[in-house]
Amino acid sequence: MRAFAAQARAEVAMTLRRGESVLLALGIPVVLLVFFSLVDVLPTPAGARHRVDFLGPGILALAVMSTAMVSLGIATGFERSYGVLKRLATTPLSRPTLLAAKTVAILAVEVVQVLVLVPVALALGWRPSGNGIAAVAAVLVATVAFAGLGLLMAGALRAEVTLAAANGAYLVLLLLGDMIVPLAKLPGALRIVAEALPAAALADALGHAFGLGGSMSALHAAVVLVVWAVAAPLAAALTFRWE
Amino acid sequence: MASLEVDSLVVAYGDVVAVDGVSLSAEGGQVLAVLGPNGAGKTTTVETAEGYRRPTAGSVRVLGLDPVVDRARVMPRIGVMLQRGGVYPAMCARDAVRLFAAYYDDPADGAALLDRVGLRAVEGTPWRRLSGGEQQRLSLALALVGRPRVAFLDEPSAGMDPQARQVLWDVVRGLRDDGVCVVLTTHNLEEAERLADNVVILDRGRVAAQGTPAELMRAGAGGEIRFGGPAGLDVAGLGSALGAPVIEDRPGEYRVDVEASPANVARLTAWLADNDVAIGDLRAGRQSLEDVFLRITAQPSVAEADRAPRRSRGRRRAA
Repeated sequence: MRAFAAQARAEVAMTLRRGESVLLALGIPVVLLVFFSLVDVLPTPAGARHRVDFLGPGILALAVMSTAMVSLGIATGFERSYGVLKRLATTPLSRPTLLAAKTVAILAVEVVQVLVLVPVALALGWRPSGNGIAAVAAVLVATVAFAGLGLLMAGALRAEVTLAAANGAYLVLLLLGDMIVPLAKLPGALRIVAEALPAAALADALGHAFGLGGSMSALHAAVVLVVWAVAAPLAAALTFRWE
Repeated sequence: MASLEVDSLVVAYGDVVAVDGVSLSAEGGQVLAVLGPNGAGKTTTVETAEGYRRPTAGSVRVLGLDPVVDRARVMPRIGVMLQRGGVYPAMCARDAVRLFAAYYDDPADGAALLDRVGLRAVEGTPWRRLSGGEQQRLSLALALVGRPRVAFLDEPSAGMDPQARQVLWDVVRGLRDDGVCVVLTTHNLEEAERLADNVVILDRGRVAAQGTPAELMRAGAGGEIRFGGPAGLDVAGLGSALGAPVIEDRPGEYRVDVEASPANVARLTAWLADNDVAIGDLRAGRQSLEDVFLRITAQPSVAEADRAPRRSRGRRRAA
């Protein structure tokens, strides 16, 4: 328990001290939220009173993806390349404890993201209504899915390649994620792909939870999230190389 | 019960056999030095003992336990210093020692430990901005935070300046006095000669020699005289004067295959005097550990390791 607490504290401190991870966790989402709410360049999807009604859930989904997939993947990739994971393997700290500590760090950063992004969205006119429990559940399941993807990259690729791959995946999932660009605007084939990916599934699950609805049904979104939350960590566990 | 018991260990990576039938053991209160050229299997042997890989054949027991199967019972009682890395790059020494201390039930005092390895002055500096020697000393401190019964130090003096090396040696002697079993790999023969109670020389995955430093240095002595001097001496002329072959092992390092009797030493020095050759040193009857090491591991593998950096990747993987 002492090891878990110390490790979790260290993970949170290291995450918050990394400038690029703070930029990724807060800077980019806040800028996107404010810019696209105020500047009228994006279509407002059906059901949304105002652009921020669509952007609010979408940017929250983006924030979860940036922390659980990109930040975790890159950090873990470098820990692997610096031999930190190898060294930890010969301490009494067990792998489940290490994973639990990393999970706590991710959830802590996500709480900070929510505490910053929700007031900004509210100030921009967002008026969410609906089911907070469904939103929290969607975020937790999606966190597991995205963390699995981040660890999948970190455990199989070189640290520098993980850095590039995680940022590339971030960009692709942002564009196909029903976060800024409504899925209805995508060409048919691309839309089918997007509706199978965890990013749009989380954005739409949050959209449903906050009374906006989404381009896929709540059930479809939930199924996609759960499948990714099982498959991605499993693939990571099977392919993870510690050195 | 031995602290470390390696029995007929074989470790293969695919087709490459890195360790090929190594047996060795070490007790608490002893320092075991594992020597050998690059690629001899030192790191593979030690890392198998640390539980990083399973033996292909043979067995490894640490404090009587299998380090892979009994991981949860072995890890609290061993300390590991990897060849490099192993610390969060942004973390300072103070935080790293504090974090590692939290992993153990009865950790050593962090501040005292940093004093002992001489890092108190830079305890707030992130790891990535420490010098190579400082990073090594922090790795050493982290290996000792849990008060290990067995300490594995893989090339601990690599990258250390002479002062840091002195610190390392003092720490290792302190561990031995506390009853800890210390297993260290090294290229530094002086280190092995000064610190080790027992030495194992590995070559191409096998034990080439083992014993106390004194035993190894006596073995085979008497049958040769060694001296150092300028490179490129007339070994044929000297050989005929002595009636025995003279071999230049390395430039400026000579070996005469003749009994180390006073008469032979006199003949040798007379020839050197006649030819006005300045000698660096002269050893008869007792070899340095370096002589033993070079004789045992001479031939192709050492030459290859020294000559061929382009092969170092493959060899390192097998190291």
